[in-house]
Amino acid sequence: MQLEFSADNEARLGRLLAEYPDRQACLLPALYIAQEQFGYLTHEVMELVAERIGMPPGEVLSTATFYTMFRKRPTGKYHIQVCGNVSCFLRGSDRLMTALSKTLGIGDGETTEDGLFTLSAVQCLAACGTAPALQVNDTYYEEMTPEKVVELVGRLREEAK
Amino acid sequence: MSTAQTNYLLRWGDKKDLWKLDGYRLQGGFRSLRKALLMKPADIVAEVKKATIRGRGGAGFPAGVKWGFVPAGDGPRYLVINADEGEPGTFKDRALLTEDPFRIIEGAAIAARAVGLTAGYVYMRGEFLEIARKFEEAIAAARKAGYLGKSILGSGLSFDLFVHLGAGAYICGEETALLESLEGKPGRPRLKPPFPAVKGAFARPTVINNVETIAAIPVVLEIGGDAFHRLGVEGDGGVKLFGLSGHVNRPGLYEFPMGKNLKEFIFEDGGGITDGKALKGVIPGGSSTPILKPDEIDVPMTFDGLKSVGSMLGTGCATVIAEGTCMVQVALRVAKFYAHESCGQCTPCREGCAWMASTIDRFERGVASLGEIDLLLDVARNIKGRTICPLGEAAAMPVEALVTKFRDEFEAHVRAGGCPSVAG
Repeated sequence: MQLEFSADNEARLGRLLAEYPDRQACLLPALYIAQEQFGYLTHEVMELVAERIGMPPGEVLSTATFYTMFRKRPTGKYHIQVCGNVSCFLRGSDRLMTALSKTLGIGDGETTEDGLFTLSAVQCLAACGTAPALQVNDTYYEEMTPEKVVELVGRLREEAK
Repeated sequence: MSTAQTNYLLRWGDKKDLWKLDGYRLQGGFRSLRKALLMKPADIVAEVKKATIRGRGGAGFPAGVKWGFVPAGDGPRYLVINADEGEPGTFKDRALLTEDPFRIIEGAAIAARAVGLTAGYVYMRGEFLEIARKFEEAIAAARKAGYLGKSILGSGLSFDLFVHLGAGAYICGEETALLESLEGKPGRPRLKPPFPAVKGAFARPTVINNVETIAAIPVVLEIGGDAFHRLGVEGDGGVKLFGLSGHVNRPGLYEFPMGKNLKEFIFEDGGGITDGKALKGVIPGGSSTPILKPDEIDVPMTFDGLKSVGSMLGTGCATVIAEGTCMVQVALRVAKFYAHESCGQCTPCREGCAWMASTIDRFERGVASLGEIDLLLDVARNIKGRTICPLGEAAAMPVEALVTKFRDEFEAHVRAGGCPSVAG
């Protein structure tokens, strides 16, 4: 099946091309748009991006695989990303990870069977003063405790119903 | 007497609408830009030089000198604002971007006037997506009001600003890796020279400044370069944001003149160590800065002050560690971070960072031998000075300091066959 960008996303791509002096510079934002529409980046999606920007698919692959935020496989509706770096570690981030693992029944890098949650240990989120911190998709949750994360998962489960 | 907090930059506590254009203008916003538009570009650069504001991203290079490196000439010339905040322990730029976006926009427009720049990109780490969307709204509002775009406030100066999102690579905080990333490539640092001031973004002259540096520019123009300099110390001027995290009673963001005493910061402003514990160590300015023991922290927080005790000011955000914490665990978190974030371009960094992380992991798991302590130091020393960018140093220095200063803990892990602290 031939993949296509939605009309809205085509328009966004068009605007991007005006913001940069060089087509290749649109690659990161274009990959974000593709990820938003298709969920994650398959080779077919990367080929579509390559074709729209006018660069070799191999170079798109090279850039897309360098960055961790470009997903190469399906991710749950809620991607819970727990920082485990020094400041969060000192404030108990390991206990958050344990509580989340237990309540979701999955480990680091895994997705629940219903496709609702993916759990990831991530690097510093620049929220050290309000540690421990985590992100659900793009939203920050700070000064977390094991009780608060379990409650948060409950709220997200309700929201998804 | 204790140095009191200031509020030149950190001023949103009692000014709730600062992040809106009207709220910003109500606090005198864009007055410095109006002033700059009436000044000769060289005079603006001279004020910033007088201010001796050293780069707030951690490297500490004087911003005015950096601006002065850009050669005269026509054609596109770029400003890049480094908002790829990600050095573990550091959380100051995120607050500025969220709470005071117009300050950054105003600083950018002043830089454009001073150096003759045609467009700017705010390179924000990908995790800041929600902040980026709001920042884009601020840019749109500023553009509509004539502070950005064609002929800013009728002055003839044309300059526009855009947000560019990174995608989860710490290395893109290194300025040349950032440029590669901006150009749509993997973030692998470039060899210097050529320096970005001569050949930067899209092979054009480019100024790269940290968010906090740019946010301080309107202050410099408002109070004057000399007055800004005098707020701090000789050769390291002005005020700066400082952070506290970890085992401290009042973690968070603070502002002080350069030269604030680190010990006083932790024990007076920060309220001391949590649960009444003793202090074990302080990582003074982000995870790459070598750890200090409690008897080493009675120093002024300046670039030279921290250097005098064998560490670095870095980003000015300190991580406080209490007695009872396993330093092998701390070393492991730090080493794993750099192993994860090495771009892989230079062999000593790619291999060395991975070896440091896996060796420290052997101590934590209790399978290392005593000889591996010196091996670890040897690996660290062989990374330093052998890489294109400073990430190798950033990884080696903290490991070296942790192993040297807490060697007894590494030995204890060998003897105990694992982490002697139960919680560890």
